[in-house]
Amino acid sequence: MQKDNLKPYDFMTFNNQIYKSMKILVCISNVPDTTTKITFTNDNTQFNTSGVQFIVNPYDEIALSRAIELCEGGKGTVTVINVGEVATEPTIRKALAIGADDAVRINAAPRDAYFTAYQIAEYAKSNDFDMILCGRESIDYNGSQVAAMIGEFLDIPSISIIKKLDSDGSTATVEREIEGGKEIISVTGKFIASCAEGTAEPKIPNMRGIMSARTKPLQVVEAKEIAQLSKVQQFETPPPRGAVKLVPAEDPAKLIDLLHQEAKVI
Amino acid sequence: MSVLVYVEQVDGKFKKSVFEAVSYAKAIADKQSTNLTAISIGNVGENELKELGKYGASRVLNVSNDQLKNFVNQAYASVIAEAAKKENADVIVLSNSFSGKGLAPRIAVKLEAGLVDGAVELPQLDGGKFQVKKTAFSGKAFAITELTSAIKVIALNPNAFGTKENATDAAIEAFSPEVKSTDLAAIVKEVIRATNKISLPDAELVVSAGRGLKGPENWGMIEELASLLGAATACSKPVSDADWRPHEEHVGQTGIAISPNLYIAIGISGAIQHLAGVSSSKVIVVINKDPEAPFFKVADYGIVGDAFEVVPKLIEALKAHKG
Ligand SMILES: Cc1cc2nc3c(=O)[nH]c(=O)nc-3n(C[C@H](O)[C@H](O)[C@H](O)COP(=O)(O)OP(=O)(O)OC[C@H]3O[C@@H](n4cnc5c(N)ncnc54)[C@H](O)[C@@H]3O)c2cc1C
Repeated sequence: MQKDNLKPYDFMTFNNQIYKSMKILVCISNVPDTTTKITFTNDNTQFNTSGVQFIVNPYDEIALSRAIELCEGGKGTVTVINVGEVATEPTIRKALAIGADDAVRINAAPRDAYFTAYQIAEYAKSNDFDMILCGRESIDYNGSQVAAMIGEFLDIPSISIIKKLDSDGSTATVEREIEGGKEIISVTGKFIASCAEGTAEPKIPNMRGIMSARTKPLQVVEAKEIAQLSKVQQFETPPPRGAVKLVPAEDPAKLIDLLHQEAKVI
Repeated sequence: MSVLVYVEQVDGKFKKSVFEAVSYAKAIADKQSTNLTAISIGNVGENELKELGKYGASRVLNVSNDQLKNFVNQAYASVIAEAAKKENADVIVLSNSFSGKGLAPRIAVKLEAGLVDGAVELPQLDGGKFQVKKTAFSGKAFAITELTSAIKVIALNPNAFGTKENATDAAIEAFSPEVKSTDLAAIVKEVIRATNKISLPDAELVVSAGRGLKGPENWGMIEELASLLGAATACSKPVSDADWRPHEEHVGQTGIAISPNLYIAIGISGAIQHLAGVSSSKVIVVINKDPEAPFFKVADYGIVGDAFEVVPKLIEALKAHKG
């Protein structure tokens, strides 16, 4: 790599090679724990948060873990960003404990993906990141919208649902999941990707991480206004199923019969 | 006003989920007394494009451009947004496939359109509102979402709406928008696709197995059952975590969510995170040796028994049934 056109703080040496220091932004969503029984209040218009534990969205943990791996050995820094009110700070601290260097909270309730993506894109515009990573989707609203929306707001490539990510600092190679297979994609320059399983093993915070998380920088930024285009009006829970019909273990032919004649699915 | 549907092709062919999206888009066009136009990108033959007429697309914009041979969402989104403007489309429909998930949000931002992903029903248009039911909380709930923007984008879940024939003769028109080089910054180097397997997200029938199977060497009977049924195979999270099966088979809250017509769960306990991804299957069959396994509570049919005895018998019975 040519040092000439870089500023001193832009590069560092590692194993006798010069690297441009990578700056990665990881988007973190604050979601109900996976064991949560989902209920609603106010005439089914609001998710009932009472007694609910909130966690770092499991896919975002994968994205964060990969970002940390890519920056290991001083090759770069990882910033986590969350759009949320002050109540999400424990989740942000958890991300710092896992190993992010610093954090940003955009101070607003994330009313939908469009709003959330816009806030993150605006932040990213004024802070020069080489790479932005998200989880493939949040396990609450399952949008898988934020990453591609940020990509569009920033006019950079977005690669959704990846299973593998490598980068030499300027060109990244990723594997994207497709129905029944995968695509190998190469991208040079800034990009955003949403990570699924396989991209990294989720890292578990250790004691040192937990201690240092308390003092790592967490910057709070006010949100910007943008038009609201969608709004959840009502929630429904799936109708309960009838009682199970048991078939004797000795007679699986009976099951085939039921699936064919009664359920009509085979 | 018109409705535009993006029809995703794979090796020049359309999958069933595409015909579902066309059927769904046609139903919206009918509700709004307007026409349905489809847009296809990539090299698709005339006969295959004509198929879209069967489900109600009266026109097909055919973008056949070597630069767009491979799916690059940034470029495809530009082309589709361009088509939407040209057609004065106020509703844009596509499949909520892996590619669709990367495409719909970009189209929505370009057109300043509200987006519903994972739609499972037709929009309700009562009282001048535009409301769509979608899955939320990984299948543990549904959210009725109102779109308040002038233009709306809907990504339809596979196997939620079905196909509806609505024969018209589709007029095919070439459409050649300019492609910006900056839209092609991501380069597809290789596409690897197993052609001999049914892909899980599209599958109507799914045979899934869990830790009860004891080890990867025991999947032979699962594969055989699946192949006899014409089903895709799936697994629980610990199974893919242990590398007994590939990650793309992992279903549940942190895997993929599916809603096939039939889901057969073998040696899977039915943990809440697993159920989240499969509970919207139309019919659920559970085979488990533990009568107290939580999965039986959400099953339609069940066999309490040892999988190593039940599954081989089931395979025999199925062979006899098929004659
Ligand atoms: C954050 C988080 C996310 C998660 N996400 C997911 C997810 O997306 N998907 C998922 O699947 N899990 C997920 N899990 C894990 C989940 O909690 C369960 O641990 C997992 O689903 C259990 O898998 P299993 O049913 O295969 O194994 P087990 O729970 O061990 O069940 C094995 C079952 O096999 C039965 N069995 C044993 N031997 C036989 C036999 N010979 N014949 C018949 N039956 C037999 C047993 O009775 C038992 O019911 C998640 C967990 C966490 C904490």
